[in-house]
Amino acid sequence: MNLQDYKGVFVFVQQVDGKVTNVSYELIGKAKELAADLGTEVTAVLLGHQVDGLCKPLAEYGADRIIKIDDKLLETYMTEPYAYCMAETIKKYKPEAVLVGATAIGRDVGPRISARVHTGLTADCTGLAVDPESGNLQMTRPAFGGNIMATIICPEHRPQMATVRPGVMKKLPREEGRTCPVEEFVPADLDQHINVEILEVVKTAAAKMDIQDAKILVSGGRGMCSAENFHLLQELADVLGGTVSCSRAAVDAGWAEKDMQVGQTGKTVRPNLYIACGISGAIQHLAGMEDSDVIVAINKDETAPIFEVADYGIVGDALQIVPLLTEALKREIVAKA
Amino acid sequence: MNIVVCIKQVPDTNEVKIDPVTGTLIRDGIPSIMNPDDKAGLEAALRIKEQNGAHIAVVSMGPPQADAVLREALAMGADEGYLITDRAFGGADTWATSSTIASAIEKLPYDLIITGRQAIDGDTAQVGPQIAEHLGLANISYAEDIKVEGDYVIVKRQFEDRYHVLKAKMPCLITALSELNEPRYMTPGGIFDAYREGDVKTFTRPDLAVSDDNIGLKGSPTRVFKSFTKALKAAGTKVQLDPQESADYIVEKLKEKFII
Repeated sequence: MNLQDYKGVFVFVQQVDGKVTNVSYELIGKAKELAADLGTEVTAVLLGHQVDGLCKPLAEYGADRIIKIDDKLLETYMTEPYAYCMAETIKKYKPEAVLVGATAIGRDVGPRISARVHTGLTADCTGLAVDPESGNLQMTRPAFGGNIMATIICPEHRPQMATVRPGVMKKLPREEGRTCPVEEFVPADLDQHINVEILEVVKTAAAKMDIQDAKILVSGGRGMCSAENFHLLQELADVLGGTVSCSRAAVDAGWAEKDMQVGQTGKTVRPNLYIACGISGAIQHLAGMEDSDVIVAINKDETAPIFEVADYGIVGDALQIVPLLTEALKREIVAKA
Repeated sequence: MNIVVCIKQVPDTNEVKIDPVTGTLIRDGIPSIMNPDDKAGLEAALRIKEQNGAHIAVVSMGPPQADAVLREALAMGADEGYLITDRAFGGADTWATSSTIASAIEKLPYDLIITGRQAIDGDTAQVGPQIAEHLGLANISYAEDIKVEGDYVIVKRQFEDRYHVLKAKMPCLITALSELNEPRYMTPGGIFDAYREGDVKTFTRPDLAVSDDNIGLKGSPTRVFKSFTKALKAAGTKVQLDPQESADYIVEKLKEKFII
């Protein structure tokens, strides 16, 4: 393998139902930084069916080139046709790095691609940088449930591949009217690569705000004591214009849905305000929220680890304080109006 | 039918603590467990065995102590265990691990391979799909429900905001979520039987046809460049007030920060 033959930073664009998933824009944002350090460009690889309309936003968020693979067989995600198209793209265009969102799609297709083209894949990265000396990508990820961080390199294989946690990288401001070249690519015999049949697609989450997009999160844990008490959090979130999230303990207890979970096995969030109510702050939880701009923690146990990351820690019972806080905020808002 | 279940012995990461003085991981006395997603995969296999009849082989790659999780699997109801262990396999990343395990599975009869989605010590979710790639099989990841119908599996495949019901012809590979089921306990008779000699066989380097280029540290495309403990940000202020004062305090601070 001649490493010099591999050029450019590629981003796998995840689209579902004809909409680009936010993490793809975040990856383009990060890829621009890496490409600048490497003196190269960012290519967005877009797979799907009738996805012409998605090229515009991809260019406006920073893609320098788009490779579009448009086929009826790619309308709904399936492992093998997607892995095949990405592997063929890599073989043809030889990128030095490929970034994939660490989503339920990316964490499935990523390993298959890397195994097929025989390269390394670093999972769930939270940091990416270029080593100025070697030009190697340094991919940093949490391990041991977030207890330690490891920086991984892939020195002798190309492309260097990483899946990246959603919500960690920042997308660039949208530049209206920015355009870039779009190249169509049709891998041969795609129809030979269908080995699973989709019997049914069922949407589960109601049209509620994704906690990763929320600017304000009111988050509940074991200290909320019951599913009913989550209404207190919803009322507080409503006053603040925020969204309710939770810790793993609340999901395990059946008080909240899995898609509301913040942390190592849930989602990484960094809202402007995170209010942790009755959350002790296991390291796995902190790993998912400690980059929030302002953290308020309410917990009865004054030794709870959540206080180590909180800007404002309140030792007390969230069940008593939250309703009073909701009322106090309502008064504040009325006073302002 | 023949089912191969891949399991990993992992430290219980919920118990892992950081030494506040040295900032390093305290591993002493941390219990080892069967990885939770893998255990759910094994339970799914046991349920298929109960309903459809099946022979279950469990496979684990690791140091000699990983024998313990294979015995646990036998005590839960698996039929035989294989430990893949050799210094030559050490230091492997997911690429080398998956090619090693794939070459061991090639020696066994299989219609269905079940792995956990991910292990709690590495959290990569890569080894399952990569085993499927090395064996040239279809894979279905993130399984919430598994049914066997004739030569096909029907799997409920989880995504963030939806699920797909997928049908694949066996042989194929499925990665299981811990939400799949509630794994059973070992039975006393099962524990007794699990420790009879001979039920756990060992694969060492000479037993596997995999090339030297695809195993261990040497066969791993990735390298750990450095590892470190994450610096937590400086602690803020902590107050203990009565509930009403607490609420007013938060409002005041949010005003200071221009959040409200």
